[in-house]
Amino acid sequence: MPSISRDEVAHLARLARLAVTDDELDLFAGQLDAILNAVAQVSEVSQQDVPPTSHAVPLTNVFREDVVRPCLTQQQALAGAPAAEEGRFRVPRILGEEQ
Amino acid sequence: MSELIRLSAADLADKIHKREVSAVEVTQAHLDRIADVDGAVHAFLHVNTEGALAAAATVDEQIAVGEVASPLAGVPLALKDVLCTIDEPTTVGSKILQNWLPPYDATVTERLRKAGVVILGKTNMDEFAMGSSTENSAYGPTRNPWDLERIPGGSGGGSSASLAAFEAPLAIGTDTGGSIRQPGAVTGTVGVKPTYGTVSRYGLVAFSSSLDQAGPCARTVLDAALLHEVIAGHDPMDSTSIDAPVRPVVEAARQGATGDLKGVKVGVVREFRGEGYQQGVIDSFDAAVQQLRDLGAEVVEVSCPHFKYALGAYYLIAPSEASSNLARFDAMRYGLRVDGDTLGELSAEQVMSLTREAGFGPEVKRRIILGTYALSAGYYDAYYGSAQKVRTLISRDFAAAFEQVDVLVAPTTPTTAFKIGERIDDPLAMYLNDLCTIPSNLAGNAAMSVPCGLAAENGLPVGLQVMAPALADERMYRVAAAYEVARDAAQGGPLINRVPELEAISR
Repeated sequence: MPSISRDEVAHLARLARLAVTDDELDLFAGQLDAILNAVAQVSEVSQQDVPPTSHAVPLTNVFREDVVRPCLTQQQALAGAPAAEEGRFRVPRILGEEQ
Repeated sequence: MSELIRLSAADLADKIHKREVSAVEVTQAHLDRIADVDGAVHAFLHVNTEGALAAAATVDEQIAVGEVASPLAGVPLALKDVLCTIDEPTTVGSKILQNWLPPYDATVTERLRKAGVVILGKTNMDEFAMGSSTENSAYGPTRNPWDLERIPGGSGGGSSASLAAFEAPLAIGTDTGGSIRQPGAVTGTVGVKPTYGTVSRYGLVAFSSSLDQAGPCARTVLDAALLHEVIAGHDPMDSTSIDAPVRPVVEAARQGATGDLKGVKVGVVREFRGEGYQQGVIDSFDAAVQQLRDLGAEVVEVSCPHFKYALGAYYLIAPSEASSNLARFDAMRYGLRVDGDTLGELSAEQVMSLTREAGFGPEVKRRIILGTYALSAGYYDAYYGSAQKVRTLISRDFAAAFEQVDVLVAPTTPTTAFKIGERIDDPLAMYLNDLCTIPSNLAGNAAMSVPCGLAAENGLPVGLQVMAPALADERMYRVAAAYEVARDAAQGGPLINRVPELEAISR
């Protein structure tokens, strides 16, 4: 099994939107390597011809009646927002400088 | 200290419904107890004094006119801080949801309220339920009432500690990899993970959606069963909720309490002993198995060869689902936002990254990164795909076992409660706490922990795990209730009565 490098951890953290510190990278890289080496044991079954299970109790096509029912008010939906303006979520700009 | 706090939920309900004591008096006694000892235990993140007293007063008014909402009406309860409450903050033990007030109640919360159960407050937990010691809470650890230097288990350590500290007779936990059963085991309390899909996940802050399951925690098997019937049942708001009647677990617990297990076949899981298992755990477990035989059960050894892969599969599947579920914490709609005053300078993506960095603790970050890795192109088949195959193999092991026996038994956890700080720097050592509990999460069947004695070497509680097939939860209640009666008879009274007086140790 491949081991995981500090650079890979930094890349994964970026993908996961985590602005980790250098100290965290040092710590996590070692710990994640140890964890991956342990969990890689599952690959022993990878060649076996068994179907994957995504869900212990398989249910498919769970429908409900398409009827109007109560939902959050605008005020309730915005109540926990870090910032709101004119009845909407106020958010930072979406595009970066280079875009 | 009021004697009310030492009563079982069933006895409290009986006294309240017969109007020998009011629900308000019972709630006040528990609020007083929390005020006395929670400084030392730290089971609660929030106590809802006014709300609890008001709910209790409503129950008293209803009883005065002959209305009893449920068999547990008027009994207080501690609610894990992962279930949404419209009148109390819901933090999941995380800074990212500090002071967050949900705009709706979880279905479990709603059912508790309708049943007249009095919610005392919200209990401490490992952040996002990721952990086995409650040390990963952003609000400081909870301490084990048996020894305040030790962990109360996790992630639901606040719920288990509140029971062992007599701060509440009932609690709610959630179990993704053992977070109800392992805290139950190390605090000498009962913890039940019902069959996946039988208790609604609506309003339960998601960690790993295919594994998360809420369940009852109590000091007796019957109390857990009574609570089980309050919270279980089909919910159209949860698409994974099973549309089937609630299993007759109270009846099963009462039947079990008659102390007869003739005709019941019990399987001992061969794989769950050996290296890494504390001697006192094995000795208590073996003694419990002998007691099951004495009660008339037929005991055989059963092999579940793929259980050895469960831990690895779990630590791929759970982080993968978590990395996806926790993407919702984006600093835009609710929860923490860092650098919210500099909106012009930073992009949404930068604000999100800085917020998640500040709002999540180390274990949550580790698991998000691990899950992101496991789901990456190039590693998906080797890791996530294999883990899903393991899940199938484990379900098959259970199915084969349950063709031979009615229930399976094993220790709940390989060791008794360890010292706070002992394993916090070694994630892998921490993960091993869940070795025996994880298979039932992966397969979705029912499993519970019932206290089975104190380890000889350190006097700390040991848990007996009883596992039943999916949608046969009543089987484990019957066995656990029968065992509980035999244990109390053999040990000269309930195990929980041997928990040290908190006043004495906190002085």
